[in-house]
Amino acid sequence: MTLKEIESTVKQFLVEELEIDEEKIALEARLKEDMGIDSLDLVDIVVIVDKIFGIRIKAEDMKGIVTLNDFCNYIAAHQNQ
Amino acid sequence: MHTFAADTLTLIKVKKMNNRVVITGAGIWSCIGNDLETVRQSLYNGKSGVGLFPERIEYGYRSGLSGVVEQPVITKQMVDRHTRVGMPEHTRYAYMAACQAFNQAGVDDDYLSKNECGCIFGSDSSAKPVIEIYKTMEAEHDTAMLGYGMVFQSMNSTVTMNLSTIFHLRGVNFTVSAACASGSHSIGLGYMMIQQGQQEMVLCGGAQETNYYSMLSFDAIGAFSVRMEQPQKASRPFDRDRDGLVPSGGAAALVLESYDHAVKRGANILAEVVGYGFSGNGAEISKPCDHGCELAMTRALQNADLTPNDIDYINAHATSTPQGDMYEAIAIDRLFNGSNAWISSTKSMTGHECWMAGASEIVYSLIMMKNNFVAPNINYENPDEYSQRLKIATQTIDTRVDTIISNSFGFGGTNSALVLKKIAK
Repeated sequence: MTLKEIESTVKQFLVEELEIDEEKIALEARLKEDMGIDSLDLVDIVVIVDKIFGIRIKAEDMKGIVTLNDFCNYIAAHQNQ
Repeated sequence: MHTFAADTLTLIKVKKMNNRVVITGAGIWSCIGNDLETVRQSLYNGKSGVGLFPERIEYGYRSGLSGVVEQPVITKQMVDRHTRVGMPEHTRYAYMAACQAFNQAGVDDDYLSKNECGCIFGSDSSAKPVIEIYKTMEAEHDTAMLGYGMVFQSMNSTVTMNLSTIFHLRGVNFTVSAACASGSHSIGLGYMMIQQGQQEMVLCGGAQETNYYSMLSFDAIGAFSVRMEQPQKASRPFDRDRDGLVPSGGAAALVLESYDHAVKRGANILAEVVGYGFSGNGAEISKPCDHGCELAMTRALQNADLTPNDIDYINAHATSTPQGDMYEAIAIDRLFNGSNAWISSTKSMTGHECWMAGASEIVYSLIMMKNNFVAPNINYENPDEYSQRLKIATQTIDTRVDTIISNSFGFGGTNSALVLKKIAK
């Protein structure tokens, strides 16, 4: 997937599966502070990302992910590993 | 979505009392209807909710029979996602039933934000989430793949932990696991807590999953009817040719509160809970016992300060198993012989709603009390030597129903009986 396709797919599951308000979703938005994603959502995000992208996110990696842009870049960097 | 303000809660001052206890709200999600009026029509018309599920046979069941229960749609406007992902099938049924019960009782978010309400439900399994956890772990070998909701779905107290969260209930909060008497004991315990002044209001009920994982081990012991060519004839309590029960489920909810509290807030009283009796057989794990059944009924009547002659209707536990129905028939005959009480098992229409049955059968009885009829024990075509002594309603009987007793018995010899009485207006 290209970065654009990853961004589109991530936005889609944030709206459809995590029920995040669409207007809160932006690449520069912070996952916790701006989009309201909490630690419980992250538990489910790990499962969703594994199903869609085949990437198993490590808990320690999440510490460095602040914005949606960071998150999409992380997926792009790990999708072919 | 249900919202509340924590700082407005008025806590109950516990003092030992002997309060009268009434029911002011009832809700139902079942194979014979998902609202009180539809269920009334089903009960009055003797309509069965049983169907055949060929996928059960393909999966390895001996019987493909089950109650046909609609899956509720719970939107994000009703319950937030965090809570919803922790709600298994039977908790979803319970939520729908609880909404109806609170609505009928006139209990809204504003009331619950200011007043303490307890929550006691009967439930004795949450099989599907447990099996899904196992399947995921076998495939992935990584607990991170289980997600957030499974812990709340798989625990036995999933119903009460979810309902008390959703409705912000801040009174007593636990689940009763007592096999097929679970729902009845939940009401009995709620009744005792209100009677003693420890709670003013308790949401009671029972919930039962219907997915095909949930009933495997019951099928294994040959508990189910295999009259699959006639699904709606399969559940035939007390009939000579019965060959087992039909599993079913859903949820029933009841708002119990003290009489004084109900009157004070102007609530419509459906009936008074006047008696609760229980017993343990102390015998074989799967074999019923007439003495245990009789003791529970006797204690419920004593607790209600009533005699068998005061009872208009007996909602029998009778599940359509050869042994269970026989022992209950012996017990009822011994205790009620010569009385005028009509008897029927609504399981002839619903199948056996298991953990939910003790609560749903109180809802069914309330409907009969309100509308003055006795629902028929459908499929009772030929009595056996025990049931022939009973006054079983083979057809709908239009008659006053002011006082009822409802029986529930479960594996392990847990017996429960509840007595309800109309309140004169």
